Amino acid sequence: MSGVIIVGAGPGGIAAAVTAAQAGAKVTVLDDNVAVGGQIWRGGYHEYSPWIGRLAQSTVTLVNGVRVVSGDSDRRTLLLDHQGEAEELSYSKLILATGARELFLPFPGWTLPNVMGVGGLQALVKCGLPISNKRIVVAGSGPLLLAVASYLRKGGAAVPLIAEQTSLRDLASFTVSLAAAHPAKLWQAVHLNPGPRYRSGCWIEAALGSSRVEAVRVRRGTRAWEESCDYVANSYGFVANTELAALLGCKVEHGAVKVDSSQQTSVGDIYCVGETAGIGGVDTALVEGQVAGYAACGQLPQASRLQPARRKARSFARLLNHTFQPRPELRTLGQPDTIVCRCEDVPLARLRSADSWRSAKLHERCGMGPCQGRICGPATQFILGWEPSSVRPPLFPTCLGNLLQENSVK
Amino acid sequence: MYDVAIAGAGIVGAACALEFSRNGWRVAIVEPAEIGGGATAAGMGHLAVMDDSPAQFALTSYSQKLWQDLSPSLPPDVEYLPCGSLWVAADEMEMDEVRRKYDYYSARRLPVEILDAQALAEAEPNLRPGLAGGLVLKQDSVIYPPCAARHFITEACKLGAVFIPRRRIVKAERGSTHLDDGTTLAAANTVLATGTAASKMIPGLEVQPRKGHLVITDRYPGFVNHQLIELGYLKNAHSVQTDSVAFNVQPRKTGQLLIGSSRQYGMEDPAIDAAMMSQMLARAVAYMPGLRSISAIRGWTGFRAATPDKLPFIGECPDRPGVYLATGHEGLGISTSLATATLLCDLLLNRESAIPREPYAPNRTFAHA
Amino acid sequence: MPDIRLTVNGVEISIKQGTTVAAAVLIADVAAFRHSVSSQPRGPLCGMGICYECRVTVDGEAHARSCQIVCRPGMQVKTT
Repeated sequence: MSGVIIVGAGPGGIAAAVTAAQAGAKVTVLDDNVAVGGQIWRGGYHEYSPWIGRLAQSTVTLVNGVRVVSGDSDRRTLLLDHQGEAEELSYSKLILATGARELFLPFPGWTLPNVMGVGGLQALVKCGLPISNKRIVVAGSGPLLLAVASYLRKGGAAVPLIAEQTSLRDLASFTVSLAAAHPAKLWQAVHLNPGPRYRSGCWIEAALGSSRVEAVRVRRGTRAWEESCDYVANSYGFVANTELAALLGCKVEHGAVKVDSSQQTSVGDIYCVGETAGIGGVDTALVEGQVAGYAACGQLPQASRLQPARRKARSFARLLNHTFQPRPELRTLGQPDTIVCRCEDVPLARLRSADSWRSAKLHERCGMGPCQGRICGPATQFILGWEPSSVRPPLFPTCLGNLLQENSVK
Repeated sequence: MYDVAIAGAGIVGAACALEFSRNGWRVAIVEPAEIGGGATAAGMGHLAVMDDSPAQFALTSYSQKLWQDLSPSLPPDVEYLPCGSLWVAADEMEMDEVRRKYDYYSARRLPVEILDAQALAEAEPNLRPGLAGGLVLKQDSVIYPPCAARHFITEACKLGAVFIPRRRIVKAERGSTHLDDGTTLAAANTVLATGTAASKMIPGLEVQPRKGHLVITDRYPGFVNHQLIELGYLKNAHSVQTDSVAFNVQPRKTGQLLIGSSRQYGMEDPAIDAAMMSQMLARAVAYMPGLRSISAIRGWTGFRAATPDKLPFIGECPDRPGVYLATGHEGLGISTSLATATLLCDLLLNRESAIPREPYAPNRTFAHA
Repeated sequence: MPDIRLTVNGVEISIKQGTTVAAAVLIADVAAFRHSVSSQPRGPLCGMGICYECRVTVDGEAHARSCQIVCRPGMQVKTT
């Protein structure tokens, strides 16, 4: 089976799939989750976007519960772990829409049960966790905080505090820039009522509790106070999932896959869209998915026509990323005994004696666990300035049996 | 002014640094990358005795004794695990080899035990049924080498050694050692413990890279009790030309399983070769079918420094007075690091060694096939 | 759609169809899904299958990422 393979069924992957299928290509979408939608449209309900309906009505073949474990861009093949079984797939064109994960910055108590990412807690609620009458502190960076707080409140939770680390001054400056360059976005923002207890320049210093989180200590300037809670939703933006692209030889710069205006990467026949090509949100993913869908099918004039929308989306994304980037104080939240690598329980003190990511890995086991450094790597990059190492297969833990080349190419 | 500058803080260089420091010499160790980050990090960390040749046996058994003496003082992150090695025999022909080895090691007072088929199954329930038996070398053990190298460097520095990080020795002659930043160390002697990179500094040095693959799993304590090696491993290590794999699984103190082994020739590309890795894992699964459903979390490659006779170079470099070699250990670098350091130190201090040094002399000639 | 029943650490609970195992464990009021290598209690962090903190044993299979598995009737979930 050749044709267009798309890795990731979030907004970018869906837009690329629908576009390519409409252009006549044979399209297969691969995704780890049980339903389409990636993170932002988790569950794949049609109400989220008309794109979901378009996908359902298209000729696209969807494969859920599958991870790409390895790949070979010379042979144009991918090695998949499909619910524990290995499969090899070949492609003519490959579109990577592998999205992003949340950036976690360690602080005392962040490993307590019921402390989760902002998107992480939302994902659990979308997947059936009831939160009626629960107290939830939402903290971190960016518009996601408001979206999730609103979602949690609609689910019956009390959100006594939304702690936005970005300063009031930077938020004000952001609002002015929106008015100037992205008035439609400003209009949207005005309607995102933060509700009670939205605090800027504010972050969680510690999570408190013994067997699960019971309260957080919050800082805002010179003031610190405790807020009791049942759950914490805390993360500081996003990290692109560039691992598959890097493994296939695509050039990655500043944590994003380098692409041209047709979303083509540095490797022939491989495209990349959305978060993986630079954190940019839903709008960027949708327009870039379409661009790649057209480009992969040779429909360059159609791809061209989307350039103004693409530029606008990326320009907004740049403004967003600049405004909400994590502030320097967050580097000092971790104490010597704060765990940084959760898989191997490596505290910050042990990392201070290492001078590189690789040294920390070899000598302190940081990054040697099953998450393969996905959680601790970006944290050490932010706190200690370490560049990550090169990527090797398997991209995800997989059964040894799946690495045996007993399977025929599909 | 140093008595010796050591190029390379892998296990061999680090062991040399400590041994020289213990003998009162002023030592500088120069390392361009991570301590123990080369072949030291890539390999399986076994402390094994091998009887490929009398000289190999002498070196490995001497070094094993030195490791045993050292083991009580090793910090926990070195993960010293006295699990023993179990050489697995698949058939009666391999059992003959088991008996031969048993006689050889017993005569030399190493604690060994023959296991018949049933005893083998009891010792290692996850081995496939139908194997003939095996030989247990009770004194063999396993460590985590990067932390051992770091421990040796730390101890050497406590005795006054100077560690020069993120620099590389580019030229060495008696009295001066030149670094890649243009500076020069005044060092009476230089030791090259740089693995396969040694042949770049010493053109014509017969050290070739022999690429190997490894895979490590998630934690499954109790799945394997001994380090397991198939007797066919010896046939593979013997072969000079063909790529090969052999069954080799090692338990780690963490409960993870480290799986090898493969050997490829003339390869300089460190990228994982999926076909080679598959072949290696297929061999492992043939001996331990249960490995199929175990979670593999990481794979990597490394380059062993191989010489034509499978013995390392320990001694003065021909035509380069004051420059010494400590390289070419192939798959026994961890095992023989301590003996290498001691022999080299003996040589420079003009002392008798516990075993003859000649078999490892860099100026020896090879009977090439 | 009718609710489904499964057990978490031997205790039977009833949950809506489509609920993930991770949500079910929390519904059963269990906060510690597993213990870390130094025995600290841990629960889900990322909610998207990459942090490996939500691992539980499902029907005898260890290291199952509970946030990525939808509950099935009669499932037996054990935290570790």
